[in-house]
Amino acid sequence: MATSSALSVSGIHLNYGDLRAVDGVSFDVAEGEFFGILGPNGAGKTTTLEIAEGLREPDSGTVRLLGESPWPRNIALLPRIGVQLQASAFFDRLTAREQLETFGALYGVSASRVDEVLELVGLTEKAATLEAKLSGGQRQRLSIACALVHDPDIVFLDEPTAALDPQARRNLWDVLREVQARGKTIVYTTHYLDEAEVLCDRVAIMDHGRILALDPPARLVRDLDAATRVILERGALPAEQARALPGADQVAEDDLSLTISTRSPAPLLSALAERGTLDGLQVRTATLEDVFLELTGREYRA
Amino acid sequence: MTLTANLRERTAARPAPSSAFLALSKAGFLGFIRDKATLFFTFLFPMMFLVLFGLLFGNEGVSRTSIGVVGDGPVISALERSDAVELTRLDSAEAAREQVRDGDLPAYVEQNGDTITLRFAASDRTQAGVVNGLVAGVVNQANIAATGQAPRFTLDSAQVEDESLKPIQYLTPGIMSWAISISAVFGAALTFVNWRKKQVLRRLRLAPVRPVTVLGSRLLVALGVAVLQFVVFVGVAMLPVFGLRLSGQWWLAIPLLLLGTLSFFAIGMLVGAFCKTEEAASGVANLITLPMAFLSGALLPLDAIPQWLQNVSLIFPMRHLNEGMLDVMVRDQGIGALLLPAMVLLGFTAVVGLIAAKVFRWEA
Repeated sequence: MATSSALSVSGIHLNYGDLRAVDGVSFDVAEGEFFGILGPNGAGKTTTLEIAEGLREPDSGTVRLLGESPWPRNIALLPRIGVQLQASAFFDRLTAREQLETFGALYGVSASRVDEVLELVGLTEKAATLEAKLSGGQRQRLSIACALVHDPDIVFLDEPTAALDPQARRNLWDVLREVQARGKTIVYTTHYLDEAEVLCDRVAIMDHGRILALDPPARLVRDLDAATRVILERGALPAEQARALPGADQVAEDDLSLTISTRSPAPLLSALAERGTLDGLQVRTATLEDVFLELTGREYRA
Repeated sequence: MTLTANLRERTAARPAPSSAFLALSKAGFLGFIRDKATLFFTFLFPMMFLVLFGLLFGNEGVSRTSIGVVGDGPVISALERSDAVELTRLDSAEAAREQVRDGDLPAYVEQNGDTITLRFAASDRTQAGVVNGLVAGVVNQANIAATGQAPRFTLDSAQVEDESLKPIQYLTPGIMSWAISISAVFGAALTFVNWRKKQVLRRLRLAPVRPVTVLGSRLLVALGVAVLQFVVFVGVAMLPVFGLRLSGQWWLAIPLLLLGTLSFFAIGMLVGAFCKTEEAASGVANLITLPMAFLSGALLPLDAIPQWLQNVSLIFPMRHLNEGMLDVMVRDQGIGALLLPAMVLLGFTAVVGLIAAKVFRWEA
């Protein structure tokens, strides 16, 4: 655990009329950490992020961003933070390079830095393309490049992977990992539980303006103590025999597969190996989706 | 948070504001010249009106009255010399009468010895009045001349405008005022609405740049576009087809034009602060610029509208811009003519600009 906090949020509340958008949120983000805030629409993720960035003043509670208060607008702090808002926050009719040059100039950044950032997000080839002509994934990467152009210490990304196709999402993951590898602190929100599991050092799961759980994804899943599911092709083993296997808690069968739930996968798997039924076998452990279900009692829907 | 509150913000170390200002201005100009629709409405659309009106009103302005003449004598010769009417020679009084009755001529004059006969069509009262007065005047002069006495009273009459005053002289400053109001009001309003909608304003708020830098860069774009419009419109109007002739200190129009742009920009900021969508903003901008252009005498002569509306139009910056430009561009007036319009435009900009800054919003 790093000793210093890049971001420290404690006890923030914000109401929109009767709606408690943020209802007592506290968390610390360490320097160099990849921190995810996830939850369904309306959970209060974006508002929390906006308060942390200094775009909104909380009704109560405090925020320390890089040791300073981001509210009211703190011009000394702004060069140290990078913010990606949404994919369309660009100037009209400029090329990718021109967008970056314009944003860069706001921070007094040199032209060589623009090339570096284009390279980082993999848009060197598209430098002379108008922003409007980029694909969704390219535009999202350009948007992140604009947030990184001045080499900030901490980067806020609001749903950078929303509305991207799977391939574009994975390309973006590589960019985000590379950003973290350069020592940046990343705070980001997402709908995607699987993505948070892959990328984040720690995640905060939010719903109705509160943090329900905050831990490394692996620990959240482990603490859930959920059953592991072992899935076989249908017909590989009769259901009655499966029920008799060591460690098999529950057995379910459908048209395609036979699913055995277990809390002790090791003996079950060795028993299956003895019977030579490992072909086409899949093992599914609990995911953040299960954590969410457990925490809220609801299925997760992005 | 209002713009004025932001202007008072603490000013810590930040990158040179000039690089931010230049980069934002460059981005604005690039965005402008790459937008075909905006280019059309900035240059071609008003130009179409200039060409249309220019050709419509022709080079002569209102055409001269033409009357028929029959016979010959000192009165007919005097009418010819007066150059106030065009004369059509006719063979007989009967033929002339026929033409007037048919409406081909408003009147005819016959001189038969000492008898002058004037017959006119009462259906066109204005023309009839003009012809009556004119012929009566010529007859009176001929009578005086016949007495052999020197006239006791002399009348010195001449038009006040330059001899070359043609419709294009009025049309160019008017249509230019209108065109500049379109580009500045729409430019400011649409930029702010669009930037708010796309969160560009929010993004700028998160960059170490002062609001006045952002605003100033947009203003520079608007002023630059206005000067470009001036060059293009005056250039086209000076082509021989249209024949604009500028008077001595025409260049005095440029500072006035910049002040006018400021006031239109302030209107645009105000529209941009209130409207949520681009569609609403262009609707409101149209609702302001078009009536303003008609009432300010930019598209129609001011005499064409009732006096009380002419008084109402005194609140519009375009009225003062238009009059000031007419004064220095075609009425051959000097810097003194700029004083009043310039003060009105500055005052208007200050008041509307302050209101706009008060109601300015960063967020939707």
